Amino acid sequence: MSPNQPGGPGAPGAPTRGAGPGEAQDISQPGAPRAGWVERALREHDEHHEQVPDREQQVLDRIARARRRRPRVREERITMSHGAGGKATATLIEAIFLDAFRNPLLEPLEDAASLTIGGTRIALTTDSYVVSPLFFPGGDIGELAINGTVNDLAVSGATPLYLSAGFILEEGFPVADLTRIAESMRAAAAAAGISVVTGDTKVVQRGKADGCYINTAGVGLLDRDVALGVANAQPGDAIVISGPIGDHGVTIMLARGELDIEADIQSDTAPLNGLVAGLLDAVPGVRAMRDATRGGVATILNEIAKSADVGVLVNEDDIPVRPAVRGAAELLGIDPMYVACEGRLVAVVAGDQADQALAALRTHPLGTQASIIGHVTDGPPGIVHLNTAFGGTRIVDLLVGDPLPRIC
Amino acid sequence: MCLGIPGEVIELLPDQPDLARVDVSGVRRVINIGLLADDLPVPGEWVLIHVGFALSKIDEAEAAAALQFLEGIGQAYADELEALAESRIE
Amino acid sequence: MKFVDEFRDADKAHALAAKIAALCEPGRQYKLMEVCGGHTHTIYKHGLEDYLPESITLVHGPGCPVCVIPMGRVDDAMALASGPDVIMTSFGDMMRVPGSTGSFFDAKAAGTDIRMVYSPLDSLKIARNNPDKRVVFMAIGFETTAPSTAMTIMRAAAENLPNFSVFCNHVTIIPAIKAILDSPDLRLDGFIGPGHVSTVIGCRPYEFIARDYGKPVVTAGFEPLDILQSIYMLMLQLSEGRSEVENQYSRVVPWDGNVTALKVIGETMELRPYFEWRGLGFISHSALKVREKYARFDAELLFDVPGVRVADPKACQCGEVLKGVLKPWECKVFGTACTPETPIGTCMVSPEGACAAYYNFGRMNRRRVKEAVTIEVGRP
Repeated sequence: MSPNQPGGPGAPGAPTRGAGPGEAQDISQPGAPRAGWVERALREHDEHHEQVPDREQQVLDRIARARRRRPRVREERITMSHGAGGKATATLIEAIFLDAFRNPLLEPLEDAASLTIGGTRIALTTDSYVVSPLFFPGGDIGELAINGTVNDLAVSGATPLYLSAGFILEEGFPVADLTRIAESMRAAAAAAGISVVTGDTKVVQRGKADGCYINTAGVGLLDRDVALGVANAQPGDAIVISGPIGDHGVTIMLARGELDIEADIQSDTAPLNGLVAGLLDAVPGVRAMRDATRGGVATILNEIAKSADVGVLVNEDDIPVRPAVRGAAELLGIDPMYVACEGRLVAVVAGDQADQALAALRTHPLGTQASIIGHVTDGPPGIVHLNTAFGGTRIVDLLVGDPLPRIC
Repeated sequence: MCLGIPGEVIELLPDQPDLARVDVSGVRRVINIGLLADDLPVPGEWVLIHVGFALSKIDEAEAAAALQFLEGIGQAYADELEALAESRIE
Repeated sequence: MKFVDEFRDADKAHALAAKIAALCEPGRQYKLMEVCGGHTHTIYKHGLEDYLPESITLVHGPGCPVCVIPMGRVDDAMALASGPDVIMTSFGDMMRVPGSTGSFFDAKAAGTDIRMVYSPLDSLKIARNNPDKRVVFMAIGFETTAPSTAMTIMRAAAENLPNFSVFCNHVTIIPAIKAILDSPDLRLDGFIGPGHVSTVIGCRPYEFIARDYGKPVVTAGFEPLDILQSIYMLMLQLSEGRSEVENQYSRVVPWDGNVTALKVIGETMELRPYFEWRGLGFISHSALKVREKYARFDAELLFDVPGVRVADPKACQCGEVLKGVLKPWECKVFGTACTPETPIGTCMVSPEGACAAYYNFGRMNRRRVKEAVTIEVGRP
């Protein structure tokens, strides 16, 4: 029986598109079209059969249990969410990569792995750079590639020393652009005090690699007597950020030119090893550091809460955001807390040393707007709370995908 | 379908009467002001922006009145708190 | 940010909260519905409920235009998108809404050309730049967004663009409110009226609510102080036994609406005889379609749209959540089988959906949290 029979109710003359009330398929019948994926999802969560008259807390507990389940990737194909640095990325890493490669050195899933080779402690990290556009206000893919890897080493407490640089180039990519990128990398390496000591070059056919993709891996010396890791966070610890958030991500969004928005915002890409050294020199009680890249500050806060099984409480008023970044974010309906930075660090510091940490950061040019944004609490574990500027409280969860511009 | 942001009109585009450049906290965007054809905004006026269109002008007088009401309540509240703090029934 | 920051001032919030609490009759429970999804979002994002006494419950209404799109209609959109040489353009809000075989996002991953736009005008630009492709714009939204779609259609007509069309899913707010009012399982004391819809339709359309149903309505802005002030105005009406339509958002909402906007809607669109709303069923004269005069821009006429109705999953209680009968956490699958990552229903996937707002922002035991947030209330 076709749902498009003419003469449907109340539609004289005009073609009736779509089923109307009182005609067409009775979708309450078993044979009617249904969404198969829903039935599967329901079977996995058979708790929904409970008819317990729930107080809100019982529901929240049930949800907390569901969230602690073993991660599984439900999709058949990779989507852009898997690359956004939020929930989907975390699930992908845990369900596929951690599962495949599982070993004690990988488990901590910090920004760099800590290894001991022949008695010497080193840190090893890698990152790939696929940013588009390649050149943007405040930097380019080359500078990102150097700084990003330097920063992963620095926040692990290591002195960055040597990087590798692998290039995947698209057929047709202008050599002049490649030269420009290499020059940026030279300058960034010099600024960070590291050397690029090995690399690789591949070329793929036109249509792949979006011009240029870069992977850098880095090695640094763990020459400080520190054992950093977000799992070390304890109630009472302070959470400090080194400067305003969201600059890089918003710059990229605007630089893509699809949104027709102009603003004086530029990427904050910068090498943080100097800033980190100053912090570690001044403050023995640093528990962990992360650089706030994709997924933004919100993701790091959630990583802290989850890894250490603690609560986190931050204050919206204390989180620095540049007015232009805020304006662009408001315009697009996205939350700066989820937007990537490329030159900011988040540190978890023993509570009684928070002021020292702040002072140490503020003496460095990259940390002039450092701020204590909140604390680790013994609140509901694994959950990040935010005291809004308005005075209410809400949760800050991991985002499912990229912060897509909303219209609402 | 609610995200509307206040923005200040900076300039009307001379060759395109339907368009204006607005500023939101230092961020600039060209939007369509065709829905305000009866009473086109001029530079300095504020509009409500939604999906690239100006839906309405922001009436500064009304905004001021709303804020005044809130201030008034705020002041009365502050006064009362003060009175509460100063009075003791012991 | 001017016109934003002033209305997010926490100090004024405490004062308003005190006044609201003072207006509550002892022993009486109040249920106020905020119709607009944008209001739901603001309420949760700023933690506004922390300022309200226990006797006031905010009920979340159906004003989320993404949330009310039935699955079959999403399937229609997916079918359109997968047509040969089609570029589907859509607002970000629609990208993750699941149809019976997945969402725009999934389709994009599988190779379908679906692009996110911020404005329907961006869609027009894509059409101009891709003359060999057929560009379809997925038009969603209440009367707030319909004028923008209308202007875009008129622009396309003026430029004689041969490769642009609109898949029109605009819905109108009054029939939804009426459905709520006529719903037997709901008792409401007042309405926090839609903000931006009202810039287009004005405040007069709500007069029937006060007059015929005796419920006060206050058109509210979107900053937390706006909503709090609107609640105060509603409580004042209730305590004084009035039921009127008032305009808290007067800085933006003209009482008579935007005549030009209404004119362009009327020029390019007309009411469908009926339209299916997720959870609310078929409502007559509640949605817009492209007028015959602009038929060449109507995707439903240019393409083969399956038009199949798909049953809402039995476990999905979006309908009751949209009507405000259930709170998000009262839905049996909330947070377990249905999460933002794995949404079963639209309430969870749209940023304005009550379930998404609660899950992402409000998923906490407010009583415990309230102990931490001290609200100083003045002398009664």
